[in-house]
Amino acid sequence: MRARNSFVGAAFALLAAGMGHSALADDIKIGEINSYSLLPSFTEPYRKGWQLAVEEINAAGGINGKKLVVISKDDGGKPADAQTAANELVSSEGVAMLTGTFLSNIGLAVSDFANQKKVFFLAAEPLTDAVTWAKGNKYTFRLRPSNYMQAAMLVEAASKLPAKRWATIAPNYEYGQSAVAVFKKLMSEKRPDIQWVDEQWPPQGKIDAGPVVQAVAQANPEAILNVTFGPDLVKLVREGNTRGLFKGREVVSFLTGEPEYLDPLKEETPEGWIVTGYPWYSIKTPEHDAFLKAYQAKYNDYPRLGSIVGYQTIKAAAAIIAKAGSTDTDKMIAAAEGISMPSPFGEITFRKIDHQSTLGAFVGKTAQKDGKGVMVDTSYKKGSDYLPSDAEVEKLRPKD
Amino acid sequence: MSVAPPLLAVEGLTKSYGGIHAVRGVSFSLRPGEILALIGPNGAGKSTCFDMLNGQNKPDSGHVRLLGEETTGKKPRDIWRMGVGRTFQITATFATMTVRENVQVALISHGRQLFNLWGSAPNVDRNEAGRLLELVGMGGYADRPCGELAYGDLKRLELAVALANDPKLLLMDEPTAGMAPRERVELMRLTAQIAKEKSIGVLFTEHDMDVVFEHADRIIVLNRGTLIAEGSPAEVRGNPQVQAIYLGEGLLYEGGHREGASA
Amino acid sequence: MAFYVVQFLTGLASAASLFLVASGLSIIFGVTRIVNFAHGAFYMIGAYIAFTLTERFSGAFGFWGGVVAAALAVALIGVLVEIVLLRRIYHAPELFQLLGTFGLTLMVEDLVVLIWGPDDLVGRRAPGFKGAVDFFGQNIPSYDLFLIALGPVVLGVLWLLFQRTRWGVLVRAATQDRDMVAALGVNQKWLFTSVFAVGVFLAALGGALQIPRDAVHHAMDLRIIVEVFVVVVIGGLGSIVGAFVAAVLVSELNAFGILIFPKISIILVFLVMAVVLIVRPWGLFGKPEAAARKTPGLSVNPWRPLTLNERLASLAALIIAAMLPLFAGNYALTVGSEIAIFVIFAVSLHFLMSVGGLASFGHAAYFGLGAYGVAFLAKMAGLPMIVCLLLGPLLGCMGAAVFGFFAVQLSGVYFAMLTLAFAQIVWSIAFQWVSVTGGDNGILGVWPEKWAASPSHFYWLALGVAALVTIALRVMVFSPFGYALRATRDSLLRSEAVGINAKRIQWTAFVIAGTTAGIGGALFAYLKGSVFPDNLGISLSVDALVMVLLGGVETVSGGVIGAIVYKALNIWLVSQTDLSKLVLGGFIVLIVVVFPKGIVGMLEILAQRRRKSSPPGSSLLAKPVESAE
Ligand SMILES: Nc1ncnc2c1ncn2[C@@H]1O[C@H](COP(=O)(O)OP(=O)(O)OP(=O)(O)O)[C@@H](O)[C@H]1O
Ligand SMILES: [Mg+2]
Repeated sequence: MRARNSFVGAAFALLAAGMGHSALADDIKIGEINSYSLLPSFTEPYRKGWQLAVEEINAAGGINGKKLVVISKDDGGKPADAQTAANELVSSEGVAMLTGTFLSNIGLAVSDFANQKKVFFLAAEPLTDAVTWAKGNKYTFRLRPSNYMQAAMLVEAASKLPAKRWATIAPNYEYGQSAVAVFKKLMSEKRPDIQWVDEQWPPQGKIDAGPVVQAVAQANPEAILNVTFGPDLVKLVREGNTRGLFKGREVVSFLTGEPEYLDPLKEETPEGWIVTGYPWYSIKTPEHDAFLKAYQAKYNDYPRLGSIVGYQTIKAAAAIIAKAGSTDTDKMIAAAEGISMPSPFGEITFRKIDHQSTLGAFVGKTAQKDGKGVMVDTSYKKGSDYLPSDAEVEKLRPKD
Repeated sequence: MSVAPPLLAVEGLTKSYGGIHAVRGVSFSLRPGEILALIGPNGAGKSTCFDMLNGQNKPDSGHVRLLGEETTGKKPRDIWRMGVGRTFQITATFATMTVRENVQVALISHGRQLFNLWGSAPNVDRNEAGRLLELVGMGGYADRPCGELAYGDLKRLELAVALANDPKLLLMDEPTAGMAPRERVELMRLTAQIAKEKSIGVLFTEHDMDVVFEHADRIIVLNRGTLIAEGSPAEVRGNPQVQAIYLGEGLLYEGGHREGASA
Repeated sequence: MAFYVVQFLTGLASAASLFLVASGLSIIFGVTRIVNFAHGAFYMIGAYIAFTLTERFSGAFGFWGGVVAAALAVALIGVLVEIVLLRRIYHAPELFQLLGTFGLTLMVEDLVVLIWGPDDLVGRRAPGFKGAVDFFGQNIPSYDLFLIALGPVVLGVLWLLFQRTRWGVLVRAATQDRDMVAALGVNQKWLFTSVFAVGVFLAALGGALQIPRDAVHHAMDLRIIVEVFVVVVIGGLGSIVGAFVAAVLVSELNAFGILIFPKISIILVFLVMAVVLIVRPWGLFGKPEAAARKTPGLSVNPWRPLTLNERLASLAALIIAAMLPLFAGNYALTVGSEIAIFVIFAVSLHFLMSVGGLASFGHAAYFGLGAYGVAFLAKMAGLPMIVCLLLGPLLGCMGAAVFGFFAVQLSGVYFAMLTLAFAQIVWSIAFQWVSVTGGDNGILGVWPEKWAASPSHFYWLALGVAALVTIALRVMVFSPFGYALRATRDSLLRSEAVGINAKRIQWTAFVIAGTTAGIGGALFAYLKGSVFPDNLGISLSVDALVMVLLGGVETVSGGVIGAIVYKALNIWLVSQTDLSKLVLGGFIVLIVVVFPKGIVGMLEILAQRRRKSSPPGSSLLAKPVESAE
């Protein structure tokens, strides 16, 4: 009896799971996956970004005359759930390609899924170098500047600092570890005189900032590399400010200039950190102006970096499908390799050699303005200038 | 001519909790087939004695020997394997299992089938379990969940469980508490009968003096952890020290005549 | 020297924050025996409300008033929760309250985002405690000094409350013996409500006081809840002094530990807990748990093997399930495979938890070890899939053998927490040992071989294994071993008194359950094609608990049903809405209130009622008569 009930239940569940949205057969469907419920502060602006892109594309007549439909799924921050979603999008919704993901491990999981199921995957945000290099595959492309690129941009500025004694603070997981590793490697190449005097590895999301700040201060570095972000960064900055850790020390910090991370700091914003980020308020290019206007008109809100990434992901997907003239996977791959397209940051290219886009980032210094954190002295760094030589990339990437 | 060791030999058993001397230098012995009552007022140390006999509790000093073999320091389960069955003052049974299953568990353990992962336990020793339950008058309750039983029935079930390993020695802590007077007499009569038939030694405690005087072959009296008297029912009844302890309860003197006065 | 003093003080400040929250949890558990998973949620709501109030009202009064008002407001919410939800389930099977409070936590995580928006909120600093105090050239934030003072003050106030008031005496009595307080004629209901309110107040106060140091965000609860549990357990459940000492111990070990091992924080608390529990099974200041008295009226339906008809029906159901590939698409089949795998996982925990009475909070460790076992064998040794599937679970088996040995020495919540500690240790090894496990980027490319690659083939494989495992465990439930295991669950005293080596029986059960979970994990690795530390994580362990509790912990088939319902619902909701946590949490709370015995438990009661209302043989006759009356 009981067992039977169970199987009837299962059958219902499966039937329910089998039902999906209905899009017209003629539409072009793109599947999109991100950590909406786990990381709403990043994924909400991201979603607004891609929704704006969809609207623009369809208003301009769709892709080769067909309407674009994006079917979006939440992965709850779990790689396994992301794969379930990917599977649903591919098997059940019949999407032409997969896009999205924020966390590195989820990006890798979906990339591996794409490789196995021979599906085109355009990774939007995951930073890990593995996506395009060590674990890169034929089916996976990535939009956002990778860990390596961001590190290289920061090293360019950091290596000019007089500081010789450096300490690092990074979240204790793959992203933090590889950010520190790449930064150290590139720094040491340019500045063999540098000493690494302390490293702190607080657990991601659970920093006990007081002791960490004390420990770093005790090592008395001249400069600090920070890789923490989000609530951890807030705690670190607050403790560091109160305890005077940043006084008289240079700080170089990954991603801190992105509005997602900088804005919450408000009057706690430290002055003069060298950061990568997105100063939407001071970019004066026609491409960005157009994007900013459209975004503000639609949402009555300013864009975050996620908005750019979401927007450009769908724009790129559309451009690739348009160029391929088909949703056949191999044709899309062929079209995507080497494709150039406009973006709010200027023209970008998806490199043939490693499927990395040349979208860049802004490097600048943090400052406070009217009780708010901003980036000043910013300059745009083109992604193409911060990638290793082709010969090196060949070595990093498995042959497929 | 060597004399066979007694079934149970207790020597200088001592246990204290902080300042309380629960049991102090208690010695006695028990022959096969003998029914020995351990009596004493509340808190005299009776249950503590029982706990030390079956390994539930470690004595501070003293020895317990079963057929000459030292059992002090052994675990309850090992002492059980040596042939000691026990019932608890506050019954301990498997509440979510049926009455029969309770007995079956003991039989499974006795048959060393505990790690049998594939057999069908409901059929293991089913008849034997039924026989034991019949024996203690619980045959009709075999399929009832143990958690539903009345207190007296739980005591009976405990007896059936205690008999499951063909014990040489039965330790029964207040076996008839919670029973009606008639049932008490019946249960003890049954116990006595089994003891004589199978030559099992029985040590029991009891507050109902009728039961004690009627069924015990011998009585030892504990007061504040110390043995103060030992002897046949008649001797103990006549002991002035014992009388002093039980003064006012009236049972000791008239109990033999007024069946169930204490109920 | 000054540095070490300051580091020590910094540790104390961390300890104070931790203690506030932990003391509340400890009090609640001590009296009501509720494993209040929602404690972190109350902490988080406290922070959110305090943020709103302190932003709204300026000045020192606005700040401190806001903090206290927030804590009071949340205490009121706590009272509501206690009256509406918990009161109904005090008599439900142990740990069922965990399920209810887990549901609440899920709901709260989505609700705060709906109410306060997705952005991290940074509140203002405490008036009067904005700067730092100079100590021989080292800076100590004055707010830290405030917290350092607050910790002992709260400890003192609680001590006075418990030692000097009638309420406190009753609470202490209830901590020792719940039934006794009921016997004293004290209104137990309101005692529990008030205790819950005090505990929640402390949690919310702890949250509100984080405003000047932390960002307020929707994952604050998870950040703290596990740590707080650990502190409470290290200190000894129900002991407030213990919670204080444990908070100081953990915080100081962390403050100084990171000077030598900068990566220690991630695992430190769990290491400390494992060591403490192995050496002192009841925590530093705890007392051995009084054997939980069975609640009267909670008699369980005796378990019995399926009758012939039921076996046939189950077989028919299995055949129907096996026919799914005839009419379902690839996605449905993959979901079906995932559900089948979670059935394996759930029945393995069910075996330990329902049959053995050992609720593991870290069961995912063995699931994940099985998955990693497969990944190692497939990727490093390059063994064929069938060999990997057979050998992979052995890693789970070995893990269970080692950890289980220590865990079964404990019981109840301490057992649960030690299993959690072990799982976290395994997790952090998988997370940290990048060269072997790939860290949190996992091991990729563990895809099935051709014969199992198609969704229908893999579905049949998963379904077949799930059926076999379920049958095997069911056979074990009714084997002599199963009886012995239930015996150790029902009464340790009695089972030892009938020759059962309880620890060894429980250890064996632990290994069986761990190996079975490992089988599930092995399949899972192939289903997903990859393995991540997630597969050993707390949230997966909690999922398993929820599945068993949802199905019905006192039933034989609760694991199966719970897994199917929970997993199917979960997958469906995640796919359909971003608010899946809110809906799922609401569903769980509803189940808890409506079916306090779980889904299968409820079905059993219904079936029983039906049987009783129509006596066998006379059912035809009886019906018209009944309706005529
Ligand atoms: N675990 C313990 N800790 C402290 N004192 C104990 C403990 N167990 C028993 N005692 C004390 O030891 C003494 C003997 O107790 P015991 O239970 O052996 O008496 P008893 O003769 O069985 O009494 P009753 O007739 O009430 O069953 C009592 O004073 C009791 O309070
Ligand atoms: Mg006694």
